[in-house]
Amino acid sequence: MLTHRQKLAWAVVALAAFSGVVLFAGLLAPYDFATQDRDKPFAPPTGIHFVDASGTFHIRPFVYGPGDSGQSVEGSAQGSDQRYPLRWFVRGAPYKIAGLATSRVHLFGVERPARIFLMGSDGYGRDQFSRFLYGGQISLLAGLIAAILSVSIGILMGGIAGYYGGWIDEILMRGGELFLALPWLYLLFAVRAALPLHISQWQVFLLLISVMGLIGWARPARLIRGVVLSAKERNFVLAARGFGASDAYLLRRHVLPQTYAVLLTQVTLLVPQYVLAEVTLTFLGLGVGEPMPSWGALLTSLQQYSVLSSYWWMFLPALLLIPLFVVFYAAADALQELHKSVPL
Amino acid sequence: MGRIRLARARVVLIVAISCACAAARALPSQASDDRMIADGAPGHAGGRLVIALRSEPKTLNPALALDEPSRDVIRCLTADLIHINRGSLKTEPALAKSWNVSRDGRQYTLQLRRGLRFSDGEPFSADDVIFSFQVYLDEKVDSSQRDLLVVGGKPITVVKVNDYTVRFELAQPYAAAERLFDSIAILPRHLLESGYRNGAFSQAWSLSMPPSQFAGLGPFRLKEYVAGQRVVLERNPYYWKADRAENQLPYLNEVVFLFVPSEDAQVIRFQSGDTDVLSRFSAENFAVLQKQQSVRGYHLDDLGAGLEYNFLFFNLNDLAANGPPEIARKQVWFQDLRFRQAVSAAIDREGIVRLVYSGRATPIWDQVTPGNKLWLDERIAHPARSLEHARQLLQSAGFSWKNDGALVDPHGNSVEFSILTSSSNAQRTKIATIVQDDLSQLGMTVQVVPLEFHALVDRLTNTHNYEAAVMGLVSGDADPTSEMNVWLSSGETHLWHPRQEKPATAWESEMDRLMQQQLVTLDYAKRKTLYDRVQKIVAEDLPVICLVSPNILVGAANRVGNFRPAIVVPYALWNIEQLYVQ
Repeated sequence: MLTHRQKLAWAVVALAAFSGVVLFAGLLAPYDFATQDRDKPFAPPTGIHFVDASGTFHIRPFVYGPGDSGQSVEGSAQGSDQRYPLRWFVRGAPYKIAGLATSRVHLFGVERPARIFLMGSDGYGRDQFSRFLYGGQISLLAGLIAAILSVSIGILMGGIAGYYGGWIDEILMRGGELFLALPWLYLLFAVRAALPLHISQWQVFLLLISVMGLIGWARPARLIRGVVLSAKERNFVLAARGFGASDAYLLRRHVLPQTYAVLLTQVTLLVPQYVLAEVTLTFLGLGVGEPMPSWGALLTSLQQYSVLSSYWWMFLPALLLIPLFVVFYAAADALQELHKSVPL
Repeated sequence: MGRIRLARARVVLIVAISCACAAARALPSQASDDRMIADGAPGHAGGRLVIALRSEPKTLNPALALDEPSRDVIRCLTADLIHINRGSLKTEPALAKSWNVSRDGRQYTLQLRRGLRFSDGEPFSADDVIFSFQVYLDEKVDSSQRDLLVVGGKPITVVKVNDYTVRFELAQPYAAAERLFDSIAILPRHLLESGYRNGAFSQAWSLSMPPSQFAGLGPFRLKEYVAGQRVVLERNPYYWKADRAENQLPYLNEVVFLFVPSEDAQVIRFQSGDTDVLSRFSAENFAVLQKQQSVRGYHLDDLGAGLEYNFLFFNLNDLAANGPPEIARKQVWFQDLRFRQAVSAAIDREGIVRLVYSGRATPIWDQVTPGNKLWLDERIAHPARSLEHARQLLQSAGFSWKNDGALVDPHGNSVEFSILTSSSNAQRTKIATIVQDDLSQLGMTVQVVPLEFHALVDRLTNTHNYEAAVMGLVSGDADPTSEMNVWLSSGETHLWHPRQEKPATAWESEMDRLMQQQLVTLDYAKRKTLYDRVQKIVAEDLPVICLVSPNILVGAANRVGNFRPAIVVPYALWNIEQLYVQ
C-alpha cells in the first residue's frame, strides 16, 4: 500500500502531467481545433499499422490514405492501399505557445491527403483528439479559476464571520445559505438571456467561471469559519492578542495559516466539480460557442440519438475524463488524510 | 419545429382541369347517394394506426388551429370543398362534386354532394358551407384562413343558390381560385352556430370538450382524448368516399396520436414498433433506422427534394432612423450586393449537403426547389464555390485584409457579425456553423447564436435586432401564390425587410409587380415566365442566399398498406382514409 504522502506525490505528478499535455495542446495535437475536413464527418479512429496488406513489417508506423474518389459519407474507412508513414515534428497549422510565440511544429502527423484521427472525427470532420486537448485548456482553466475564486471569497467571508462572530457572523452565514439555496442553473440561463447576443467566447468563459465561483463560496466559507472559530481561541492567539496585536495581524499571522490544509483540500475537490459544471453547462448550450472546443462541447453531440447509437468514438472524451477525476479525488483524499485533525 | 409555415393562399395552374376531373359517380344503392370513388388498391377493413405527434394539439377548432399537431389531427376529422391531391398536386372534387367558372373568372358555382352526413349523423347542406365561410371571414374570429379568402382587397362573397349549390364571387379574377378551397374545413352549423352567435366561438372545440360535441366530414371522428398522452380517433361511419370495389372508406377502425415530444424519441418509438408511420426526421436518423430496416419490419422512403428551402439572409431593414446603431453601421456591408455575392460564392453548399444531411439534400441557388418541377427554372446559374471570386468581389467593394488575414471595410472596421438560428433545429445550427467556417476563410469573424424559436422570430419580424440569420421556409403548396407574403415587399414573411410601405429597392419593386401580375394571369406559361423572372432576381440580387433543400424522408411499418407519401404536408398521412393494416 502507498502511504498518503506517496499517494499525494503520485497524484500531483499525474495532475502535472495532465496539465502539461493540455498546456502544450498546440504541439501535441496534429491539427487545429477548428479545421474541418468535409469529406470525413464521423470518421472512426484511424488505424495505425506496422504490417501492410502483403504482410511486410515496417519499422515506421503508417496509416492508409483516403479512397481515390468515392469518399464515403458515413465513417469513411481507409479507402486505398496507399501508405502514409507517421512522421515526427511535422509542420502544420500555426498555433500559439502559451499565448505568445507562434509555432507550426506538431509532435506527429501524416502527409495530406491522409489524416490521422486518434479519437475519430466529429460531425464536421474535425479531429476529436486535437479538440480534446484544446478543450482541456478551457475546461481545466475554468475549473481552476472558479475554484480559486470561490475559495478566496470563502476565506474572506468565513474568516470575518468566524473571527468577529455575533451579528456579522449571522448575516454572512445566512447570506451564504441563501446562495446555497439559489437555483443557479436557472440563474445562469437568466443571466445569459439578459446579455447581448454578441458576447465573445471569452466573455462567455468569464461569465461561466464568475457564476460558478460566486455561487460556490458558501461551502468553503462555512468550513473556514469553523476552523477560524476554534483557532482564535488557541492560547498563542490569545497571548498575541494580549500583547496588543491588531485583528488584521492576528488573522494574517496566526488564524488563517491554520486553514491552509482545509483550503488546499477544498480546491482539489472543487476543481473537478467545476470542470463537471462546465461540461453540464456547455451540454445545455450555455458554454463557449462553436468552433471553440471544451470538454462539455465535445459531449454535446451525444444528445443526438443518431450519434449515440452509431459512433462509439464520440464517447472517448467522456471516458478520458474519468481517470482525471479519479486523480483529483485521490489527491484530495490524501491531503485530507495527511491533515486528519482538520474537520472537513 | 423551427420553421415558418407560409399561409396557404393558392392559385390554380391550369384552368382546364377545373371541371374535367369529376371522378365522382353516384352509387344509387348506398345511403349517401353521392359518394366519391377514391383511386388506389382496395385494402382490408379494420385495425388501427399509431402515429406520434411532437406535442399535444392546442385545439381542434379548424378556424383557430395554428400549430402543426392540431392541423394534423384536424385533417383527419374534417373535409374541404375542393381538395388538392397531395400525390398529383392537382385539384380534385371533395365535398363539391363539380364546379363552373364564369367567363370573367370571378364567379365559382359549386355543386355539393347530396345525402352526405356529418360524423354525428346530421345531414350536410349548403347552409353548413355558408356558415363555415361566414366564420372564416369574420374578423372577430381572426382565423388564419381569412387572409386567403380576401382577393383583391375584398373578402369573397358566398351565396346560397339552393340546398346543394353555392356561388362564390371574387372581386377580381384570381387565376383559377379553386386551390383556395383546400384545407378550408366545412363546419357543422348545427353544433357551432349557437356558440358563434353568443360570441363563444373562440372556446368552441377545445380538447377538453366531450367527443359528442364534435362532428366533421372527415374520415374519422373524435373518440377519446387523454391529456398528456394521446388523442384517439375512430372511423366515421358516414364518410363519403368508397374504394373501387365500393367498400366504404376509411379502412382503419382507429387512429391513435401519441404525444412524443422529441424527434429522437419519435425515432426510437418507431424503431421499436410502437408507432406505424414516421415523417419529419433528420437524415442522420434515417441512416440509423436504415440499418435495421430488414429485421424490424418497416421501410423507409427518400422522396427527394421537398418544397423546403433553407437560406442565409442579412438584416436589410431600414434601421438608420431608430435601429441599434451598431447594426445600422454593419448594414452598409449587407446592402452592398457585392458583399452578399461574395458570401454566396464562399459558401460550400455541397459541404452542407454532405455534413448536415448526409447527402440527402440538394444545393439550391434560388427559392424554387428541384422538388417543385412545375415552377423550377432550369436556366438559373449554379456557380461553383470560389473563394477567389469572393475575394475579388470584396476587393472591388473596397474591403481589404489586415496582415493577420482579418477582413476590414473601407473605414477600417473589421468585418464581424453574428448569425442567428433556431436552437430547436439542429440542422440549421449546423448549417450556420459551416457558413461560419467558410466565411472565416474570407477573414470574416462570425458568431453563431442559436435562439429559442419564438425569440428568434420576434427579433426577425418585430424588433429587427439582428445582423444575419439562417432560416427555412416551406410552403404548403407548389404554386407561387402560396409565397406571396414572402416576395411582396409589403409581406409579413418578407424576412429581410418585412412590411414595407413602398419597395425600398428597384428589384423589390420589380418583384412586387411580377408577383401581383402572376396572381391575376390565367395562363400557366405566362405565369411561369413571370415567376422565372422572380427566381432570377432572387438568384442575382440575393435578398436571401439560398443554400439547400432537404429531402423528404418518411418511414412506415411494412403492414401499412396503400402508403403513398408525398413531398407536401402532411407527407405521409394525406390519404389516411385509404391506409389499411395487413
